[in-house]
Amino acid sequence: MIGLYRRLRAAGVLGLNDRNANFIMRHNPRRLYPLVDNKILCKRRLQEHGIAVPELLGEISSQYEAGHLESRLAELEQFVIKPASGSGGDGIIVIMGRHRTGWVSGGGRILQLSDLQYHVAGILAGMYSLGGQRDSAMLEALIHPDPLLKPVAPEGVPDIRIIVYRGIPVMAMMRLPTRRSGGKANLHQGAIGAGIDVATGTTLKAVMNSSVVDQHPDTSASVEAFQLPDWPGLLLTAARCYNAVPLGYLGVDLVLDRDHGPLVLEMNARPGLAIQIANGSGLRSRLGLIDQLPDPETLEPERRVELAVQFARSGWKVPLPA
Amino acid sequence: MRQTLHWSLLALTLILTGLGLAYYKHTQLGFPLKSDLVEEAWTVQARLQMRAGTGPIRVEFQLPQATPGLGRLRESFISRGYGLAVEESGNDRVAHWTVRRASGQQSLFYQAVFYRDQFADFTAPQPPFPEVPELAEPYATAMQSIIDDVRRQSADVASFTTELLARINSSAPSEEVALFNSNPEFRGHPVRLARLLLAGARIPTEQINGFRLVDTDRRAQPERLLAVHNQRTWIVFDPVSGQRGLPERFLIWWVGDRPSVDVEGATLVALDWSVRRSELGALDLAEQRAVMQESRIARMSLSNLPLQTQAVYAVLLLVPIGAFIMVLMRNVVGLPSFGTFMPVLIALAFRETGLIAGLILFSTVIAVGLIIRFYLEKLQLLLVPRLTAVLVVVVILMVLLSLLSHRLGWDVGLSVGLFPMVILAMVIERMSIVWEERGAVDALKESAGSGLIAALAFYVMSLAQVQHLVFVFPELMLVLLGLTIIMGRYSGYRLSELMRFRSLAAKP
Repeated sequence: MIGLYRRLRAAGVLGLNDRNANFIMRHNPRRLYPLVDNKILCKRRLQEHGIAVPELLGEISSQYEAGHLESRLAELEQFVIKPASGSGGDGIIVIMGRHRTGWVSGGGRILQLSDLQYHVAGILAGMYSLGGQRDSAMLEALIHPDPLLKPVAPEGVPDIRIIVYRGIPVMAMMRLPTRRSGGKANLHQGAIGAGIDVATGTTLKAVMNSSVVDQHPDTSASVEAFQLPDWPGLLLTAARCYNAVPLGYLGVDLVLDRDHGPLVLEMNARPGLAIQIANGSGLRSRLGLIDQLPDPETLEPERRVELAVQFARSGWKVPLPA
Repeated sequence: MRQTLHWSLLALTLILTGLGLAYYKHTQLGFPLKSDLVEEAWTVQARLQMRAGTGPIRVEFQLPQATPGLGRLRESFISRGYGLAVEESGNDRVAHWTVRRASGQQSLFYQAVFYRDQFADFTAPQPPFPEVPELAEPYATAMQSIIDDVRRQSADVASFTTELLARINSSAPSEEVALFNSNPEFRGHPVRLARLLLAGARIPTEQINGFRLVDTDRRAQPERLLAVHNQRTWIVFDPVSGQRGLPERFLIWWVGDRPSVDVEGATLVALDWSVRRSELGALDLAEQRAVMQESRIARMSLSNLPLQTQAVYAVLLLVPIGAFIMVLMRNVVGLPSFGTFMPVLIALAFRETGLIAGLILFSTVIAVGLIIRFYLEKLQLLLVPRLTAVLVVVVILMVLLSLLSHRLGWDVGLSVGLFPMVILAMVIERMSIVWEERGAVDALKESAGSGLIAALAFYVMSLAQVQHLVFVFPELMLVLLGLTIIMGRYSGYRLSELMRFRSLAAKP
């Protein structure tokens, strides 16, 4: 047990207590939390900084509006209903299109208006928000994933999580929905997590339910050594997110849209640690490396991405002069 | 760095303050560390019986005051119709009983309770050197001869006394000793003889009168001890065995060779002493003692509160203990649980139902409650009405369970209070949300984790020792606070993370 503890320390693995006490508490000021916990506020903030996000189609914040849901949905064909303050992908309904009497969900179920109203009422009552506080529901444009991602993500929307520490991207992974995860890119629910080499944007190894996989279970396509399209664009977007919301330890969730390129789906002030398993590498040593730089926050986003790539090329070992 | 110093100093201060207070209360005021501890106590009683004369009666009675090694708890005087005054001077304490007119048999009582205290030695002011007694022949020569003989074989006051006592008590005494022993004044009174001879050597002495507190003794007789002063300190000797030092649990009643009682205007018929050994709860003893010592800290004791309030605090003080276990389980072990304090609340609810009955009750009610909740889900009720509906169902279920178990004759602590019911409803709601959102596996994991933590917290909270400690030493809460602060800065891995990140461990 103690041996394992020491070896994890030696491998630079970041634990939850360590993350909370030494990174989140130290670098993430509480007052910025609403900006990431509320997706509507987050979206506005990012747009102000010229960062592309999925389009907000509408906001429902009262029971009255929920009663008139039908008129709000009248002109919409494809959309997503989300709680503004949800966590972990809970409470999201994806609508792929219309059906005679209702809508077709991402999972292929037919949903009636009453189903949607009930769901929205649940969101408003705070079913999916942290601490059960009142929340509002948002209608968001459906994302069409870049067709280049098709081989590794035949269904659902894969997303890319990048951990940005003091403005510098330090670790990344791609989350691939599977049939088991119900089309959701949530590792808890059985999605695949594939680590990404920050230097090149190719996937390293992939993990599903904490065991290593090399093929997508639905298509048997290899999920290793897959080159992500527009990797520099993704890195730069993530680095710029720090300028919009200066949280020192930030998780940025991005999607690659067919039409709009890299979009920021949401941000997370308490990003999880499973990314280490997907990368087969500890976060702590990388964070320590960044901490040796004098004020990396003040650099331009482009320079921070350059630094990240240089660090990654050196295998996150050599401390570089800034 | 400064922050680290700050919190570690704070935690250290809290822990030391808490432990220090508890230590003080334990060692100085004798608050017991164990709940079932009983301490010995002795009730010593003196009964004076007199036959009244014609005039007023005046009685002077020596009272114990400084009693090294023993503490006095309370004392009482029973003396119907007599005026009482207690006079203290130096080490002496004397009771004066007076009555103007009395007739027939008179009885006066004095009673005091003693307990064992920290051992201390006999102290008294340093006396002047005694004059060499002037004795008639042949006693003067015999005394000089004994003193010379003893002086030859001794080095100091202590060894002189030891030698002297050995000669006085010898089964084959020398002629000189035998001469003294044949005198009725000294026969059976070795202390008096020893004091006389020691005065001949100009060694200051004192006679100590008192009792060895061992067992109940209805007819106790005061025992005499010899104290000699060696110009630095008093040394106490058993005049018969020659044993040096004040015997343990020796109650010094009075000092000097005068009798303990002096009666005027009446005839003393009898003076009876009795010693009764009893056991006192250590906590009671400590509190009574603290009252005698007028300790401010002891006045803060929770036992001074009304009984009902005490009962509340007895439970309330356990909550932090449960919460601390929760902290350990979550931040060091890494067990998942519903909410932050739900397991502690469940553990508190177990206190009312009992562990096994509680676990069965909880699983049953939660299982049925969940089924009903999923049914209500189908009806698409809004959140708050749905919660209320679940609550109503939980109440109905509990009523049914109580009725059923009563019918079947198992009254397994179904004294289900208000409190467990609210907690049950909350658990059901919380579990069903997790169930829906993250699936049955997570919901079962979290409920198993919560159940485990609750059972553990319940176990620790129900330990009699723990309950005793937090109630008698509430300052231990400071220690707990300090430990919690330390836990709040624990940034090592959780046990569960060792498993989770196993694959990342560096090769040894």
